[in-house]
Amino acid sequence: MTVTAVRRPRAVRHRGALAVFLIPFGALFALFYVIPIGYAVYQSLLVVERDGTFGPAVQVFGGLTQYIAVFENEAFWASIGRVLLFGVVQVPIMLGLALILALLLDSPLVRGSKFFRLAFFAPYAVPSVIAAIMWGFLYSPNLSPFTGVTQAVDFLSAESVLWSIANVVTWVYVGYNMLIIYSALLAIPSEIYEAARLDGASQLRIAWSIKIPLVVPALVLTGIFSIIGTLQLLAEPQVFQSFSSAVTSTFTPNLTIYSTASIPNISLAAAMSVVLALATFVLSFTVLKLTQRRTAA
Amino acid sequence: MTATTASPARTAKPKRAPRGASQHSGIRESAVSRTIAMAVMVVATLYFLTPIWWLFVASSKTRADFTTTAPLWFADFALFDNIAALFDYRNAVFLRWLGNSALYAGVGALIATIIAAMAGYAIAKYTFRGRETLFNVILGGVLVPATALALPLFLLFSQVGATNTVWAVFLPSLVSPFGVYLSRIYAAASVPDEIIEAARIDGAGEVRTFFTVATRLMAPALVTIFLFQFVAIWNNFFLPLIMLRDESLFPVTLGLYVWNTQVSQIPDIRALVIIGSLLSIIPLILTFLGLQRFWQSGLANGGLK
Repeated sequence: MTVTAVRRPRAVRHRGALAVFLIPFGALFALFYVIPIGYAVYQSLLVVERDGTFGPAVQVFGGLTQYIAVFENEAFWASIGRVLLFGVVQVPIMLGLALILALLLDSPLVRGSKFFRLAFFAPYAVPSVIAAIMWGFLYSPNLSPFTGVTQAVDFLSAESVLWSIANVVTWVYVGYNMLIIYSALLAIPSEIYEAARLDGASQLRIAWSIKIPLVVPALVLTGIFSIIGTLQLLAEPQVFQSFSSAVTSTFTPNLTIYSTASIPNISLAAAMSVVLALATFVLSFTVLKLTQRRTAA
Repeated sequence: MTATTASPARTAKPKRAPRGASQHSGIRESAVSRTIAMAVMVVATLYFLTPIWWLFVASSKTRADFTTTAPLWFADFALFDNIAALFDYRNAVFLRWLGNSALYAGVGALIATIIAAMAGYAIAKYTFRGRETLFNVILGGVLVPATALALPLFLLFSQVGATNTVWAVFLPSLVSPFGVYLSRIYAAASVPDEIIEAARIDGAGEVRTFFTVATRLMAPALVTIFLFQFVAIWNNFFLPLIMLRDESLFPVTLGLYVWNTQVSQIPDIRALVIIGSLLSIIPLILTFLGLQRFWQSGLANGGLK
């Protein structure tokens, strides 16, 4: 009782401190997150009109004109379809690998786990642009250390370049996702397995029946971040344009937005940005809800 | 999402029984499964480290040896000559890029961490109207991808004529919603109310208490926020690509990207791209290795949602 009686006036008295704590972040968040989003929405509602053919261009309110243009833009939807296909294949492979490696690191089967942990995580320290440049060289038939492989398979052809890029993304992010899952595994108290171990359950059995169900929240978290990352794919394909002519200027949604903005058709690009951000939001939210329902059931 | 119960301030978390002990009790882990497990680990290590190894070997070769000698082993060791050539090229523009990246990422992440920590601490430790709403809005910010903001940021900065300046890249990178989220969880779990109360009785101001007492208890989270923001800024590509025209403002990723697009016209530049790539990842690898004790425990608590 006395505690609340003492605290109430305090909360008011600390108003100055609260302002010091909250205003810097709040102001920057408003300036560089909230206002840009609002501005993108505003910009996406404008259209350019001219007086006659050569008159000066004027931006006027055009309602949902740009959104209709987005929905009729085949290149944009093709790029969305491409990254969705990419995500359906790459995200499960990447998270599966991350899960297997995390389980192995956590099992008593592996020695030197500290070394392996750092070795697998090292690619995360390589910026996407640099990773793409590096793998671009490794894929190039005349430069690659694996000429036997690169002469047999053309990693940069129109059919395979998407999967070559998927490999670059996987290479960079497996270790990062593995560490998040591994941290979740470390947090499981060991008493939980002791009974299973005494009953003679194998490591495989323990992993399947005890560990994996307990790290589902970590898998959901990494899954959502991976989906966001996939829809936003930009640096890797942009770099691969130097290595392969198969990577067009509308290869991924963000490349489409970039090339649309540099036409310049800013309003259409803004509308695409809004649609992409909404699609990302809806997709990651759906994943969150679906997995929550499954774990609750 | 605040299911963290163990006090994260202690980096030496209660660990399980030492590995050796459990291995003896479970003799059932047969030699076969051990061998398979180790084989998987070795193959994975080769996959993850071979490209970096290749980059290092390739950086150490003369131009003639690059295409004519075995790609995964050293020929004449010319690493330092290559570095000197890179630094000489066009008035040391590469050093300038490294410096820019260090400024954007180092100073940017430092300020971003302080700002996010203050906000997260305030949300965790003070009750005020609209607290949960504010936190949820910030949490929504975590889900907004940085690339979705790049174009509208460009439009806004061009309204005030500030594109192609340091500020256009630096200022937006000061915001880390994820940092606020992590510091809120961490402050709630590791800064006891009694300590804040005791500092008040000693007459310390609220802000001073935060900087002298709370930041120490939140140190692992702060290092984690700093590191991940540092990496995010260092790796950021879209924002500088859209904002910057002037080469002298480029971060190292954008500079190397531009060089790489010129390889077909200027073949000699390829060697510079390779050595430059190597030099640009060394600072990050060293930072991660040096601070691993902190970020590994910080990550452990951030992942527990």
